Amino acid sequence: MIPGDLACHPFLRDLPLAYVGRLAGAAHPVEVRAGHRFFRDGDPADRFWLIETGKVALDLHLPGRGAVIVETLGPGTVLGWSWLFPPHEWRFGAVATEPVRAIEIDGERLRSRAAADPAFGHELVTRFAAVLLDRLQATRIRLLDLYAAPGGVS
Amino acid sequence: MSLVLDGLDPLVRELRDRGYRVIGPTVRDGAIVLGELTGADELPWGVGVELAAGRYRLRERGDDAAFGHSAGPQSWKPYLRPPRQKLWDARRTERGFEVREPEEEPVRYAFLGVRPCDLRALEVTDRVLGGGRYADTAYTARRDRAFVIVVNCTEPGETCFCASMGTGPGAESGYDLALTERAGPRYVADAGTDEGAAVLAAIPHAEADDGTVAAARADVAAAAGRMGRTMPEADLRDLLAARLGSPRWDDVASRCLTCGNCTMVCPTCFCTTVEDVTDVTGDHAERWRTWDSCFDLDFTHLGAGPVRGTPRSRYRQWLTHKLGTWHDQFGSSGCVGCGRCIVWCPVGIDLTEEVAALHAEGDGA
Amino acid sequence: MAPVPYRVAARRRETHDTVTLLLRPYDPATAIATPEPGQFTMLYAFGVGESAISVSGLDGEGIEQTIRAVGAVSTALTEARPGDVVGVRGPYGTGWNVGTGGRDLLFAAGGIGLAPLRPAIHEAVARRSVFGRVTLLVGARTPGDLPYLGELAELRDAGVDLAITVDRAAAGWTGNVGVITTLLDGLAPDLDRTTAYVCGPEIMIRLTAAELARRGVPDVRVSLERNMRCGLGWCGHCQLGSILVCRDGPVVAYPDVAGPLAVKEL
Repeated sequence: MIPGDLACHPFLRDLPLAYVGRLAGAAHPVEVRAGHRFFRDGDPADRFWLIETGKVALDLHLPGRGAVIVETLGPGTVLGWSWLFPPHEWRFGAVATEPVRAIEIDGERLRSRAAADPAFGHELVTRFAAVLLDRLQATRIRLLDLYAAPGGVS
Repeated sequence: MSLVLDGLDPLVRELRDRGYRVIGPTVRDGAIVLGELTGADELPWGVGVELAAGRYRLRERGDDAAFGHSAGPQSWKPYLRPPRQKLWDARRTERGFEVREPEEEPVRYAFLGVRPCDLRALEVTDRVLGGGRYADTAYTARRDRAFVIVVNCTEPGETCFCASMGTGPGAESGYDLALTERAGPRYVADAGTDEGAAVLAAIPHAEADDGTVAAARADVAAAAGRMGRTMPEADLRDLLAARLGSPRWDDVASRCLTCGNCTMVCPTCFCTTVEDVTDVTGDHAERWRTWDSCFDLDFTHLGAGPVRGTPRSRYRQWLTHKLGTWHDQFGSSGCVGCGRCIVWCPVGIDLTEEVAALHAEGDGA
Repeated sequence: MAPVPYRVAARRRETHDTVTLLLRPYDPATAIATPEPGQFTMLYAFGVGESAISVSGLDGEGIEQTIRAVGAVSTALTEARPGDVVGVRGPYGTGWNVGTGGRDLLFAAGGIGLAPLRPAIHEAVARRSVFGRVTLLVGARTPGDLPYLGELAELRDAGVDLAITVDRAAAGWTGNVGVITTLLDGLAPDLDRTTAYVCGPEIMIRLTAAELARRGVPDVRVSLERNMRCGLGWCGHCQLGSILVCRDGPVVAYPDVAGPLAVKEL
């Protein structure tokens, strides 16, 4: 994949060019239609995607309720973190709700590169931590249930 | 031109003859309160006060001054804005409901003994209730009808700080009559309006010679140097805006009972609430307006609870509003330096001390 | 300042605790002045009390008001039926002021915050051609908590870019799930000709307004809410720092309140 295309994505903003090159070696563009399922919960997690256009819904199938969306990811975001940590298994599913253009990156290859080069690993993990923080804060705001009737859920 | 009055009996009689209800200080229940006077003999002749933070006692002055006291538990506020007032009543009809606003009974008060600080308080309240887009006509009507007799201060109390607030000890305008009490008791009197002049002309008086006038002025000027308290010299609006996070608020919160006494005795506190009531049939309703206090827990109720839930936040609101944001809202300070809040606080919180502490935080920080 | 009797002409349930009333004056000669979008009235439930409620729509001399049942007065108002009487005082406060045109408009509504924005949105649609982009972002608790559901599709047809997100989805919801600020990523990048109007719970207002300002929106306006007893500037209840919300608000420029809103219990 051409490093120039990669570096445009917000997740990789200001990433040193050498690292961009390394990522490019493990990346390739994908284009999917609405309804395409990226993964199911429980599947092995070995890659991640930088979403460029379109929307992806993280979902979970609940017995008796069907598939429930827990979060929607849009352009400029990262889909998939479970490839970083054992047991390398997806906790949720992911399905495109619109046509999606994304960059798919081989997580397994990146893990071994990061193990060999701690500085590269540090750069990757720092960026993921920022994403996680942002996502966690937003989730906590949702837990506050701000739109509920004052005095609690009615 | 200044005149001299010998005693006050003729003045009180003249005002009553003109149809005014004369309100002035009088001794009742161990305090000097404001009440209706039928004669000048009901004034607190020779009665003074001992004041301190959280302390008020009457004392014998040993002279015959009628106005040798300060910081009584009320201001003129209850006469111009009764603590409980019916706004309107309504009854259901086929076309919804019909509202009837009460006919204001044409009460005309003569306020005898308005201190310059309290006069300023009236002017501050005029701006709050009459100076905005919507005027409180019940207030402005009573205010316009009131005959104001200022008594300049020659003997400030222990908790007074009008001088540092720029509201006293003398008044230059805004009154119908201004008196300065001298030994005798005799009063140097100045008219501020045509009606004031007419009242003076109708009662026994003498022309004041220059010496008497000068002596009276000197007494008032000297009083400015004998204030019991001072407010620190600083831009209070900026100071309080910068100290919203100060630990001093926790300190005062550990003492403040949020009883709201300060707001009741303060001459400029104006907060009110409304009460809607209905009869058993549900066909007749009334709306009453009553005094309220920002110290009340429900004052800021929103949704599930109060915005200002802690005593800390409520005391901070009162002080920063009175001395700070009042400037932004109404173009002047809300405090006139009368010292009542210091005297009538059950735990003796002194706002001049609190402001001094907040001010000191900035030095060398 | 006494309330004017208005008749409930129509009632529509929006969500489980929210109702929209269409009110018309019994006597057109006594009708209140036409409210500006963003203004509120003091609505009186006979014998119970008054509540400050934003105007959520206009219909000739009729006014629409959307009420959420949170206390005795608002509950009584939500139980009013067509033919019942309600008292109205007002209109009070500052309005959204969508302006005379030439700008892009962005409305961000959190939960019941869509109600006070609705008259401004209607005005933007009525004069659609004088504005650039008109965008409406809506955040709601769940899909079942979206008010004015029937109208939202019509807004799209009228040239409004509409994006909806919910905090929590039910099965069958295929739309966005996430906080309202996630919808900002889908906006066009050039926001320098945008005026933003934000309304909703105070935390949502602060997060959304701050994020909009960070992304370069030069003019962000928010609607404040505080306890109100009079609407006239006399009772002292609605203060936020130096602002009297009934008089200097409820609509204020975000930079003017960002500081006061960040002070706890101010």
